[in-house]
Amino acid sequence: MNIEQISVRVSAVEQVAPTIREFTLRPLSGELPPFSSGSHVVVEMPGAQKIHRNAYSLMSDPWDTSEYRIAVRLQEDSRGGSRFMHQSVAVGDRLNITPPANMFAPQWEAKKHILIAGGVGITPFLSYLPELMRRDADFELHYLYRGSQTGAYRKELAAELGARYFAYDSDAAERCELTELFQQRPLGTHFYICGPLSLIEGMTGLAAEFGIPASAIHYEEFAAPQPGKPFEIEIRHSGQVIRVGEEESMLEALEAAQINVPNLCRGGVCGQCVCSVESGEVDHRDNFLSAEEKASGRVVMPCVSRAKSERLIVDIQE
Amino acid sequence: MRVAPKEIQTFRNDFTYSNSPDAIKRFPFPFPEDDYRYSVNMEPHLPKGGEGSAYEKFLDIDEHYLSEMEERALVLKDMPHRCLAMEHMDLACWDMIERCMVSLAEDYPEHFSLTREGDQWRWQNHLLDIDDQFTFADSSSLPMPPLEYMGRQLQGDFALLDQRDGDLFLDAGIITCPADWSLAFDAGMSFTEWHGPVPMAHSEGIFERALKYLTAIPVGKPVRRLNWTLTVNARMDTSPETYHEWGHERTSVTPENVGSKVYLRVELQVLDRMPRSNALMFSIRTYLMSLEDIVTNPEWAKRMHRVMKTLPAPLIDYKGLTRYHSTVVDYLAQFDPAN
Repeated sequence: MNIEQISVRVSAVEQVAPTIREFTLRPLSGELPPFSSGSHVVVEMPGAQKIHRNAYSLMSDPWDTSEYRIAVRLQEDSRGGSRFMHQSVAVGDRLNITPPANMFAPQWEAKKHILIAGGVGITPFLSYLPELMRRDADFELHYLYRGSQTGAYRKELAAELGARYFAYDSDAAERCELTELFQQRPLGTHFYICGPLSLIEGMTGLAAEFGIPASAIHYEEFAAPQPGKPFEIEIRHSGQVIRVGEEESMLEALEAAQINVPNLCRGGVCGQCVCSVESGEVDHRDNFLSAEEKASGRVVMPCVSRAKSERLIVDIQE
Repeated sequence: MRVAPKEIQTFRNDFTYSNSPDAIKRFPFPFPEDDYRYSVNMEPHLPKGGEGSAYEKFLDIDEHYLSEMEERALVLKDMPHRCLAMEHMDLACWDMIERCMVSLAEDYPEHFSLTREGDQWRWQNHLLDIDDQFTFADSSSLPMPPLEYMGRQLQGDFALLDQRDGDLFLDAGIITCPADWSLAFDAGMSFTEWHGPVPMAHSEGIFERALKYLTAIPVGKPVRRLNWTLTVNARMDTSPETYHEWGHERTSVTPENVGSKVYLRVELQVLDRMPRSNALMFSIRTYLMSLEDIVTNPEWAKRMHRVMKTLPAPLIDYKGLTRYHSTVVDYLAQFDPAN
C-alpha cells in the first residue's frame, strides 16, 4: 500500500516544439497509479556529477494507467536536469519517478474554468482536458507561446477544442488582452494559470484590480532553484556542516550528504521540505510560506531558498 | 485472525457487545505517556505490531465485523442522512471503492474477492453474502450510491475531504458511529470550521500546522493517528442526532458499575490521498473496551490512571466526562498505588 518510487522505462521520445521534448514513461511491471488532473511527478536523473531531481506535470489522461507522459523544456540556464533529459535520455532507458502528487487540482464545484497556459505551462492542462470533457464542464483554454520555441500540441488542441481554444503566438505579434479574460465572467468562474512568473504575476495583479477573489485564481509555477552565493548549513543536533555550492540547492546539498528531507515539488510550492532555522539569515524564494513566517526567520524551504548569511543553523530531525 | 462472532452482538438496548481475550490483546491502547498532552501524533500508516495487530493491514477487520455492519444498517434505516456525498465527490467515492476493495481482497482473501476486467468489476464479500458485478465509476451500476455501498461493508466511519484553496472540506461521508459530532452539521465545512469546538489547540497553532501537513499528503503515503474519549455503555452511535438516547447515561455511572459501564473509545484514524480525485480519505475505525477489560493489563491500568488524573479541565468538559470523571479516576487509582 505504501509507494516509495516507481521504476519506468522511456518508451517514446518526441520533439514537440523547438525547445520541448515529450517523454512517454511505461511501468517496468504492472500498471502505474491513476492520478488526478494537475498532478506532477519528480523524475530522478542520474547525471555524471550528481543526481538531478526535477518535477514535471503529467499530461496524459489521468485514467490511463498504462503510461505517463511528461514534456521537458530545455532551459537555457539549465542546472543540468533539462539538459540531461534532452541530451542523455533515449528510448529504452530506465528512470525512477515518485508517485504523483497534486498542487494544482481543478476546482470541481466551479461554474466555469478558464485555463491560461504560457509556453511549456500547457502541460498540466493537458491532464485537465480529458477530465473536463468527461464531466462536460464549461471551460476555455488560452495558450500563449512563442512559435519559434514553444507552442507544442497547438494543432491537436485547436482540432479537439474548437471554439473553446484561443491561441496567441507572440512571434506572430498575437497578443492576449489579459483584461478581456477577466471581463464579464459569470460568478463562480475559476482561473488557472501555469507559465512563467511574469505571466502569473501579471494575471494575479490584474485579477486583484478586477476584484476577483484570490480563491478563484489558481496558479502553478515550478520555480527551478536559482543559483546564488555559496554558504554553509550546520545541522544543530549533530553539528555536521554542509557546504551549498553556487549551482546547487540547499535540498540537493543535504541529500548529497545523506540527509533526507521530505519533499514533493522541489519548486517552492508544497511546503513539505520546510526546516526550522536556529540562526542565520534566510533568502526566501518560495511561494509557500506566509509573509509572517518569512519575516520570522525561523523557517526555510531548502528546495529553492538560500542564505544571505554565511551559515544557517537548521534543526532537522531525522 | 478471527472474524465475526457467531452471534451478532448489540451496541444498543441490551448491549451484548464484548471483547474476546484476543481482542483485548490487540486493542490499540492510545496513551504513550503518563500525562496527557496535545500533539498531532501522526505517523506513516505502515504495518506494525506483527500478526493480528490492529495496525497490520490497511483496513482492520476483526471479530466485531458482523455486529458493526448490523449496527450501521440500523442507524441508516432510521437516519439515511448519516451518509451523504455532494455531487462533485462522485469520483472520490469511486476512488474509495477502488482503494478499499483492492486492499480488502489482498489482505483478507478468505473473506473478500475482486475480479477486474477493464471497467467491469466483480466484488464478492463472503461475510455478508454479497456478489455484485458493476461498471467502475458508473454509479448507476451499483444497487445503492457508491459511498454507501462500500461503507456498509467496512468497520468504522469514513469521510472524504475535498481539497481546494489549500484547505480541506468535509463534502462526503458515512458516519454512523461518531464520538459526538454530526456529518449533517459539519458537511461542507472547512478544516478550521469543523475543528471549531476543540479547546486549547487553536492557540497553539496546531490546526494550522496539521492542515499544511495534511494537504501535502501524497498518493501512496497514508498516515495515521489515534484519538480517544470515554463512552458510557458499549454504544457505537454517540451522535448529536441520538443524544436524547445516550446523554442521560452519563449520570448512571457509580463506583460499583464504573468498570463495566465506562468504555475507553479509541479511534484509529487514517488519512490517505485518493489518486483519481485528489480527495483525502479519512477513516475512523472505532474500538470500544470496558475499563474492566483495560485493567486486565496492569501497565494500561496504571498509565490510564495517570492520564485521567492529569487531564486538563477544558478537555474533561469537551469530551463530555464532567459528570463521571472523578469516579473513573477513583476506580483506576486502586491499580496504581504508587501514584
